[in-house]
Amino acid sequence: MNAGALRRLFGLLRKEALQIWRDPSALAIAFVLPAVLLLIFGYGVSLDARNVPIALVVQRPGALAASFTSQFARSPFFRPRRFLTIQDAEQAMASRAVQGIVWLPSDFARRAAAGGNSPIGVIVNGVDANDARIIEGYVQQVWATWLTARAEAAGGSAALPLSAQPQVRFNPAVDSRDYLVPGLIAVIMTLTGALLTALVIAREWERGTMEALMVTRVTINEILLAKLIPYFVLGMGGMAGSVAIAVFLFGVPLQGSIWVLTATSALFMLAALGMGLLISGFARNQFVAGQIAIITTFLPAFILSGFVFDINSMPRAVQIITHIVAARYFVAILQSVFLAGNVWSVILPNALALVVMAGIFLGLARGTARKRLD
Amino acid sequence: MPATESAGAAPQPAVRLTDVRRSFRTGKRVVTALDGITASAVSGAVTGLIGPDGAGKTTLMRLIAGLLRADAGRIEVLGIDVARDPLSVQARLGYMPQRFGLYEDLSVRENLDLYADLQGVPPAVRPARYDELLHMTGLGPFTARMAGRLSGGMKQKLGLACTLVHPPDLLLLDEPTVGVDPVSRRELWQIIDHLTRDAHMTVLFSTAYLDEAERCAAVLLIHEGRLLGHGPPGQFTADMEGRSFFATASLGRRRLQARLAQAPGVIDAVIQGSRVRVVTADATPPVATGLVAEASDLTLIPTPPRFEDSFVARLRAQAATPAPPPSATVAPLAPAAPKPTGDVISVAHLTRRFGAFVAVDDVSFTVARGEIFGLLGANGAGKSTTFRMLCGLLPPSEGTLRVAGFDLRTAAAPARGRIGYMAQKFSLYGDLSVAQNLRFFSSAYRLTGARQRARIEWAEAEFELGAMRDATARDLPLGFKQRLALACALMHEPDILFLDEPTSGVDPLARREFWRRINALAEQGVTVLVTTHFMEEAEYCDQLVIMAQGKVLAAGEPEAIKQGARTAAQPDPTMEDAFIAVIEAPRQPARAA
Repeated sequence: MNAGALRRLFGLLRKEALQIWRDPSALAIAFVLPAVLLLIFGYGVSLDARNVPIALVVQRPGALAASFTSQFARSPFFRPRRFLTIQDAEQAMASRAVQGIVWLPSDFARRAAAGGNSPIGVIVNGVDANDARIIEGYVQQVWATWLTARAEAAGGSAALPLSAQPQVRFNPAVDSRDYLVPGLIAVIMTLTGALLTALVIAREWERGTMEALMVTRVTINEILLAKLIPYFVLGMGGMAGSVAIAVFLFGVPLQGSIWVLTATSALFMLAALGMGLLISGFARNQFVAGQIAIITTFLPAFILSGFVFDINSMPRAVQIITHIVAARYFVAILQSVFLAGNVWSVILPNALALVVMAGIFLGLARGTARKRLD
Repeated sequence: MPATESAGAAPQPAVRLTDVRRSFRTGKRVVTALDGITASAVSGAVTGLIGPDGAGKTTLMRLIAGLLRADAGRIEVLGIDVARDPLSVQARLGYMPQRFGLYEDLSVRENLDLYADLQGVPPAVRPARYDELLHMTGLGPFTARMAGRLSGGMKQKLGLACTLVHPPDLLLLDEPTVGVDPVSRRELWQIIDHLTRDAHMTVLFSTAYLDEAERCAAVLLIHEGRLLGHGPPGQFTADMEGRSFFATASLGRRRLQARLAQAPGVIDAVIQGSRVRVVTADATPPVATGLVAEASDLTLIPTPPRFEDSFVARLRAQAATPAPPPSATVAPLAPAAPKPTGDVISVAHLTRRFGAFVAVDDVSFTVARGEIFGLLGANGAGKSTTFRMLCGLLPPSEGTLRVAGFDLRTAAAPARGRIGYMAQKFSLYGDLSVAQNLRFFSSAYRLTGARQRARIEWAEAEFELGAMRDATARDLPLGFKQRLALACALMHEPDILFLDEPTSGVDPLARREFWRRINALAEQGVTVLVTTHFMEEAEYCDQLVIMAQGKVLAAGEPEAIKQGARTAAQPDPTMEDAFIAVIEAPRQPARAA
């Protein structure tokens, strides 16, 4: 790069810095948008069932039944309501007042006392399959806890021939927020990264400044670099803010090293900005650029990155498609760095994939950018 | 290649165009923007690229700047083939696009710095260059001001300064003066003259204002992608020598104009002040007596030809149609009904603020029935804001407004029923056909059944839209779009017609056609309010106000306003001269009427 090119680049960079400083819209995209999204999703999206309203139908009350139902009252997962008949309970479930029914039949106490298998009925509202499965699991857990406690009280531990001792690794609190927030950061940074470059370039087209730039001796590389550098810095700032919110507000543990986090974030930011540059190549007004950025970056990242929906349970064809979603690799890295630490066997291949993605998007952006209007 | 110039003094042309073609694809449609242009621009002088909107001026500029590629043909700029080496051309070129890309949140100084960096101006020479440019553009006191807070004319001058930071060999200016106030326009021309005379710069200047042709050394007249004429402006007017006259008669000027426009041997008749300017088909002197049956006292005084005369003559020759197509309903003018007097519109102390910004500042005027009333001013003078308040689209901050007897503060809806509004840029539904647009707008005005059918038939006949009934509005030529927009605004037979920049950028024939209809409507008693930044359009008005920065600077009959600007140096001032005179006069609204 010769002196003239450096001066042009420097001039463009200074212009960009002044604009960012005076027009707060870029700052808003870099800092306010991720913070707001993170707060909304962080507080709003939770895969844990807590205080689930549930119907308890006890056909013949007694000491045994009372000791069982008190387990539900103590559990943080359930908010039990009593019903006298199963019909009332079913009606309550139909009107969505309760999410499930636990039914102790009239022979419950007798069969339990006999030491035999005492069946309880569990009916779960299956409209939301995910919730249903979670509630089912919790009910079983309460049931097992009660059985164990009873066996211990009876002086023996042999009531259950086999007892499961679940041990959760990497997310010991089994808090879905700890698992979701790192993934969310990846999804949100996909959007902000792409929006930053796509919108600011579309704005230059809208205001006619791009046409004036085009006829100077500036080269297309200089224009792209002058957009990439400042918005990379801004995007990394937004990333740092998001990590701070995750760690200090949501209390997500950061097990891995901050340097690994920074380096992989930088790779991902290049890929996201590259997508934005590519979009700006054909979207010449801010509205279209914003729409394309949301549809082509945010939605795929949300659905196909594996941050909520497990990639392995997707159909084969969709699994293949997920490979072109850069967020997929970053989600894997973030979840590992936050919850498990520097697991190189996860980080290295995904980081390599990010290098390839960044290369592809930046290369495509460069290849499609023309110093012409047609 | 042998030297083609006859005289040794004639330099190599700076731009040489050989059969340049370019078309654009929009959806399924292919639009030909340039259809085989062969021309050249001489070094060290201003070459004017003149034509109405859609003629292909901007496309040609972009081709020369290497921003577009030609479909066919060859473009040579400063001896370099643009298609092969656009960067070398761009290094020697200054280009100011129509909407010059000033960074509005950068100051004047920061914009200059940016372009100095981009053009590779060494820091050592910058202070001297900046001083020169700031002095030339008069922007010296405003270096710290944000570009977004400059006036329209100052923005244009800053844009010009930015393109000139590194003195280019060729300067391309795309419509730098359109919509700019006349004072800034005059200053821009002074800068351009200075550049060509003292710095020997080559300038290619595009404009839709035909009167600017006379300021160019050579002119390329473009219409619908074709070259209609090429040469020094004097050559254009020389062809028209002895063919233009001022006609006066005791007959009303509008009736006289309508009659003369259809008189044999007349190719053009336009109202200018109290007289009618006539252009004849050839140089044989016309006989005044008997030319118009109703005007026995008609006198014709020869007047020097204008560039526009030549354009009209060429367009007429090209179209090979007789002078204005006779229209059944408009031509036989009903004997002028005694005009009921009384003000249809009265505006008193009208003020509109947007935050701290005063867009319209204490404006007062009245408009009588059947009058054509003009609001003349540059972009940003407050015309459109005034208009929106008159249509009841925007509440005033202060002042009173009465339209057709209704107070717009309290009864905007009934007032709107009496108003027809034709928006700038013809707000039609582009995807609907002509007939569908007419049906939609008539039902929007609550016309139904037989009356709706009758009005649509009237519109199709009156505006000659019948043949185009099924054409999509988007695909119509500009002149047809304008007619359709006017038809839509007239569906409910309004008493008052608002026209916002109605003829901005259309070719002179379409403009004449349009004003012929407007004149006829005014004769029938319709009150017409029109905004324009074309000084010449002011001539069509009975009364006008000149606005600048939200204030009324002058009001009265066009002729009276022009007479007010008469000085020893300017015995016959144009409307533009008058405009400059009132702007530069001490700030006291000169009541000329």
